[in-house]
Amino acid sequence: MARRDFSAARLPGFATIAITVFVALYAPILMLVAYSFNAGDSIAIWEGFSLKWYPVAWNNAEVREVTLRSLTIAATASVLSTTVATMAALGTTRRRQTRGQTFIYLLINQPLMVPEIVTAVALLIFFASIKVATGYQGLGYLIAAHTAFCIPFAYLPIRARLEGMDLTLEIAAGDLYASSWQTFRHVTLPLLAPGIGAGMMLAFVTSLDDVVITLFVKSAGQDTLPTYMLAQIRRSVSAEVNAISTLLLLLTVLLLTAFFLLTRKRD
Amino acid sequence: MRDVAIEAVSLRKVYGTDQHAVVALDDVSISIRKGEFFTLLGPSGCGKTTLLKMIAGFETPSEGNILLNGHDITEQPPNRRPVNTVFQSYALFPHLTVRQNVGFGLSMLGRPAAEIDEVVNRALGLVKLEAMADRKPQQLSGGQQQRVALARALAPSPEVLLLDEPLSALDLKLRKEMQTELKRLQLELGITFIFVTHDQEEALTMSDRIAVMSSGNLLQVGTPKEIYNHPVNRFVADFIGETNFIPAQVAGTTATIGGDIALPVDPASPQGSHTLAVRPEHIRIVPSGAEATLRALITESVYFGTDSHVRLRLANDIELVARFQSDEAGGDAPPVDTEVGLIFAPGALQVLED
Ligand SMILES: Nc1ncnc2c1ncn2[C@@H]1O[C@H](COP(=O)(O)OP(=O)(O)O)[C@@H](O)[C@H]1O
Ligand SMILES: [Mg+2]
Repeated sequence: MARRDFSAARLPGFATIAITVFVALYAPILMLVAYSFNAGDSIAIWEGFSLKWYPVAWNNAEVREVTLRSLTIAATASVLSTTVATMAALGTTRRRQTRGQTFIYLLINQPLMVPEIVTAVALLIFFASIKVATGYQGLGYLIAAHTAFCIPFAYLPIRARLEGMDLTLEIAAGDLYASSWQTFRHVTLPLLAPGIGAGMMLAFVTSLDDVVITLFVKSAGQDTLPTYMLAQIRRSVSAEVNAISTLLLLLTVLLLTAFFLLTRKRD
Repeated sequence: MRDVAIEAVSLRKVYGTDQHAVVALDDVSISIRKGEFFTLLGPSGCGKTTLLKMIAGFETPSEGNILLNGHDITEQPPNRRPVNTVFQSYALFPHLTVRQNVGFGLSMLGRPAAEIDEVVNRALGLVKLEAMADRKPQQLSGGQQQRVALARALAPSPEVLLLDEPLSALDLKLRKEMQTELKRLQLELGITFIFVTHDQEEALTMSDRIAVMSSGNLLQVGTPKEIYNHPVNRFVADFIGETNFIPAQVAGTTATIGGDIALPVDPASPQGSHTLAVRPEHIRIVPSGAEATLRALITESVYFGTDSHVRLRLANDIELVARFQSDEAGGDAPPVDTEVGLIFAPGALQVLED
């Protein structure tokens, strides 16, 4: 008989642990979704099926306002961070390996490694001094902060795509009279597009979902959807929040599905 | 000279620095004529691709110059050189259709759409791929992709077409077909082809002239016949075709092999201790009674249809390989252990410098 390689899947108790983990991960989400269809406003007592919380959430002007703000920030931050990430990825893969490479890589991925709370406090202090100096109180701070922590999420899929790209294609474009810009525009960019799209979606979802940094950086009246939900839940838990969460979940699932379709290896 | 397309002057290319330096080309000078099918032939790693890359502009020479039609293009970037390349890996753009791939060069040059359409159609016609115009490269077979790469490189009508082992990924039958096809295209279009291969048979059948290279040096440049019949040294003779090598002492017009067998050689041959080379098909086998230069014993004979490959042993144990041409009566080489006579065609015996 052929020697069987070690596999964690054959350890005793593996199935039990796996099932426990999946239940722990998904049971609360399933419950949240289920109670968003509850007829009563309790999130513990089932009072029958109803769709009423969705129109309630939709007609809540405050919900609409914070949702719009979240989407604005996420859209702007994802476009900006993806632009920066694309340039960073081109800069780190399109040149010969240098000793500084690892350092630059670490710099770009800093938001993944520094604890979020540290970044949040640092930004709070930094932006506070700018607010004092300039008097500007707008959304710019949130957008800047979100752009910064979204960069590594946008960077990773773009870099992966670039590394898998055949450099001969760019040489061939140059051979066929394309200038550097034409080569980028007609060869590199189209081949990179799925990576850029994937990076942008990941950045969008990451921004949409952020609480910690947003809480620290936002000025008064700048609640985003997550910070608004947090405030609501602190006051009273209502099925309305469940409905909003379910919609947010749906959006995220759609975006992540698109992400996987874009990054999937094509044969 | 007006008929020279590409001229390389004292080209040298060193990759890397200091202790890691690799000399890929060592002082190579070469003139390639307009409309010529010119082949760079040599074993893997001898610097063929490096030379091609410098003509295309993908690499800059460490020393020396490259001239196109008499103008120095050494400093010109690839996109300014009227030179196109057929890449070994084809390098077709996967996001573009066959038509867009073939039209890429002209489109980058900013030619009008109508002109591009016309040229692309003609180029696709040349390589017989009109029916595949709207497919993506991934939907084509290897041979078809190869032809797209060829059409794409030909469409902008370059002065010089560079082909880096373009046929090496194809199977034998397809390779033979493409060899004929390439030769036909080259004759039809009159474009200078610089073709790289490590396959000596391919080089002999397709080229007007061949340059034989070895470890960054140019050993010999000449027509296939010159190279085959008058190799300048043992490396060239060995690399191209099959050859018998016999150590010999040359004095005047006599080469002595095995101590006491004297053979006549060209008076201009280098003197002293050298290698005598003779192609198997230049040795004629005659019955032992007939007049002959040498006597030999047949030790092995393998029938190949058009001829037999015969192994011969001379007195003092020197071994030679010869061909025995089959005739219309089905005549075959004499059986093993037969005594025969050998006659060398005039000029068949060459004294080689090592
Ligand atoms: N980019 C490079 N860096 C370092 N060495 C190289 C590079 N390209 C080629 N070489 C070396 O130069 C020599 C010639 O290579 P190449 O021109 O590709 O040979 P060929 O095409 O005849 O097989 C080889 O020894 C090869 O290892
Ligand atoms: Mg090569």
